[in-house]
Amino acid sequence: MSNAAPVVLDQVVVRFAGDSGDGIQISGDQFTRTSALAGNDLATFPDYPAEIRAPAGSREGVSGFQIQLASHPVFTPGDVADALVAFNPAALVTNLGGLREGGIIIVNSDKFTKVDLEKARLVTNPLEDGTCDKFRLVQAPIGKLTKEAVEPFGLKTKEIDRCKNFFALGMVYWLYGRPLDPTEEWLRKRFKPPFLDANLASMRAGHAFAETAELFEGPFMVPPAVIAHGTYRNVTGNLAIALGLAAAAVKSKTTVFYGSYPITPATDILHTLAPFKNFGVATFQAEDEIAAVCAAIGASYGGAIGVTGTSGPGLALKQEAIGLALMAELPLVIINVQRAGPSTGLPTKTEQADLLQAMYGRNGESPVAVLAPATAADAFDVTLQAVRLSVKYRTPVVVLSDGYVANSSEPWLLPDIDALPPIEVVHPTDPETFQPYLRDPETLARPWAIPGVPGLEHRIGGLEKANITGNISYDAHNHEKMCHLRAEKILRMRADIPATDIHGAANGTLVLAWGSTFGAIRTAVDQCLAEGQAVAHVHLRHLNPLPADLADIMARYQHVIVPELNMGQLSKILRAEYLVDAIPFTKIQGQPFRVAEVKARLDALVAN
Amino acid sequence: MNTTPVEYSKKDFMSDQTIRWCPGCGDYSILSQVQTVFAGLGLAKEKYAIVSGIGCSSRFPYYMNTYGFHTIHGRATAVATGLKLTRPDLSVWVVTGDGDGLSIGGNHMAHLLRRNVDLNVLLFNNRIYGLTKGQYSPTSEIGKKTKSSPMGSIDHPFNPIAFALGCGSSYISRSVDVFAAHLRDTLTAANTHSGTSFVEILQNCNIFNDGAWDSMVDKEHRDGRVLYMEHGKPLVWGSEDNKYGFILDGLSIKPVKLGETYQETDCVLHDKHNLILATMLANLDPSDGAPLAVGTFYQSAKSTYDSMFSTQIADATSRLGAGDLAKLLNSGETWTV
Ligand code: SF4
Repeated sequence: MSNAAPVVLDQVVVRFAGDSGDGIQISGDQFTRTSALAGNDLATFPDYPAEIRAPAGSREGVSGFQIQLASHPVFTPGDVADALVAFNPAALVTNLGGLREGGIIIVNSDKFTKVDLEKARLVTNPLEDGTCDKFRLVQAPIGKLTKEAVEPFGLKTKEIDRCKNFFALGMVYWLYGRPLDPTEEWLRKRFKPPFLDANLASMRAGHAFAETAELFEGPFMVPPAVIAHGTYRNVTGNLAIALGLAAAAVKSKTTVFYGSYPITPATDILHTLAPFKNFGVATFQAEDEIAAVCAAIGASYGGAIGVTGTSGPGLALKQEAIGLALMAELPLVIINVQRAGPSTGLPTKTEQADLLQAMYGRNGESPVAVLAPATAADAFDVTLQAVRLSVKYRTPVVVLSDGYVANSSEPWLLPDIDALPPIEVVHPTDPETFQPYLRDPETLARPWAIPGVPGLEHRIGGLEKANITGNISYDAHNHEKMCHLRAEKILRMRADIPATDIHGAANGTLVLAWGSTFGAIRTAVDQCLAEGQAVAHVHLRHLNPLPADLADIMARYQHVIVPELNMGQLSKILRAEYLVDAIPFTKIQGQPFRVAEVKARLDALVAN
Repeated sequence: MNTTPVEYSKKDFMSDQTIRWCPGCGDYSILSQVQTVFAGLGLAKEKYAIVSGIGCSSRFPYYMNTYGFHTIHGRATAVATGLKLTRPDLSVWVVTGDGDGLSIGGNHMAHLLRRNVDLNVLLFNNRIYGLTKGQYSPTSEIGKKTKSSPMGSIDHPFNPIAFALGCGSSYISRSVDVFAAHLRDTLTAANTHSGTSFVEILQNCNIFNDGAWDSMVDKEHRDGRVLYMEHGKPLVWGSEDNKYGFILDGLSIKPVKLGETYQETDCVLHDKHNLILATMLANLDPSDGAPLAVGTFYQSAKSTYDSMFSTQIADATSRLGAGDLAKLLNSGETWTV
């Protein structure tokens, strides 16, 4: 069987699942990298357990990693898996729902003893009770075989256990016709003997086992995709945001001050930025969310670019301070990695329900700019754009990422650093012409005057200011004027928004969406287009202000449908702003859209 | 570009804004002393930044012709932290009150003090909420009748000095709005300290809590009731013919009358570096007959957050060189198509 010609597939979805200690994320990362090097397009999603250290073998402790690789562009890690590697009973039963009928299951059959079943709260053995009947079940005694393979290296039982994931990875590499070299090379960099030898032996044994045991109908082959030339790396959304902030510091030649308080799922941004000190990034772990944003505002007042990062509950706490930055007209970027709410909600699950909070969650008339990345890689550009707008217009800008963008990863075509335009930072120095609230005729921004400049001493604050002079003013008409000026400043950002990209038909149904739903929607729309349906996709990066051409675009379509992971927040805004019949299509399960869900909804709409 | 004069007069620090404090408010005296002190510190005027929160005291920056930021309730300490970390070259002063600094902003105050960011905190303590027209504050005495406590406050009050000591503050002193010379000396001394200087200023709100400190600080009482702490000098108070002092009594200090059994030479010498002594002095209860201690309670040499913050950045930069963005983006596992 091993000599059979490989079966060619357009795309494959593989899921690894097991205990956190089973090395699931490492297996996933290695499979991803090897596939990327083989030229596939791909998208991945790691799925961490909600509990920090749930008991081994329990359902709560199951960690997962899903990857879709393809010979064509892919935008999601896939609705359902074609193959599942399950390291224990809990991993098997909690992940079967995400495996297609007829899909391959590889289990570590050593891990299905009575005790193991009990840990997963199972009464009968799923390998024997018919649970796996609809799938192609491959039982491999991974534990026993790994032990035999690494015998010569004299490892302790615990250490042997840690080599198991490479045995399984070796099997998967055979199944999908992947070379072992990239992972061997990686192992050589990471491990010293005897662990290096043990892991190498384990992976090779897995590969050989799959080949000789004639367990599969494989191997399968996913040919390379046609993708743009250049150098790639994988990024998660959180990493892309951190890199975007480092790029902002370099491109502005100004310190980026990142004030933050640890909160899931935004904390990784702080972790990533903390070692970037030599890039002009200063990180401050504050005592709470409010101090984090206030310190960022203080930094902006001093001439740095103040940034704060958080997730939904933290955004709620920061809102009063965001209002201060808006009133003081200082740059401030707020990264909100949304999670399922309200209150503590589902901290590790994704949602898009902070749009209205970002838009309207402060006291008074207090508009801020709002942007959202569509994918992990897009988060780099969005972050740079947010900093650029905040500095140019001297006003807070909110970036709405979410748990899905934060943790999913995709190949990122590295940008040409020199081609990225500089971010211009200007501080006034001339006392003759200086007025604290004198406005730039184009942007309406006030001068970003920083302490330390002789002759520019002035006072700012949260009390309403008289335009131009910046003195406290209780004048009724001045207040109205200032409210309009602050709103107008946001609207003027439209000059910085490129023409909206329309993907698909010129009329018919318009799918209008934002943020992390991009992949599922784009895939579903492409499927509709392939079937000849008149469907188009517009994915908004700028949510406030909305692009100038949006009204015209919407008018060209018969239906406008707005899929969102909330109860219809963007559709509400569109209805209010444009008096258009934006149809909400919502999901609030802490999970991203599946392609099939979106496709079915679009089919239903078109059929009507 | 005009050169900055190094010689200033008080006038240089007066802004053109109309002062809106109630006539007779203790804040006027504090403002006047701060303006005088700033003029004499020899620092260029543009290097001062005053950050305040919300409350009567927090209007302060508007009346100073320096850089000023009137922020939001309780958060001046956090804003000032971000400012100082970004701009170590500035002389940053936080002006706050008992409500702003110890109630809504208590958390940030605690963390500022433990971090020891090099700035000066002036906490105006009038034991009342003035701007909201007279509710009890976290320093109001228990039983205080106000609009929100018609039957008397049931909140045990904070002792700001003991609070600061508990937070690990490296510099703690106290003065009084009407002790003009003493207040000037206190501010000047606080400014020389490297780290957070916490200065409690007892202030009279003549509208909502008039005379809150009178029984200790008015002309009639101050000679007999105020203990002026001076480093290395005996802890004594009172007038020539009615003098008291603290002597050591086991592990605590005991007030004694001087003249007959005890002399000034028997008294404990003030040591501002002694945390135990500072704790005892901080916990003197003037409402129970103890003297009101003013001056420096405590000072310690403790590394400042801002200097360590800058040092880490400088170290990283000298070790790794200025960040190479292209290299950073290309780090990790890359592949070329
Ligand atoms: S209310 Fe009291 S503290 Fe406020 S300005 Fe008037 S007198 Fe001063």
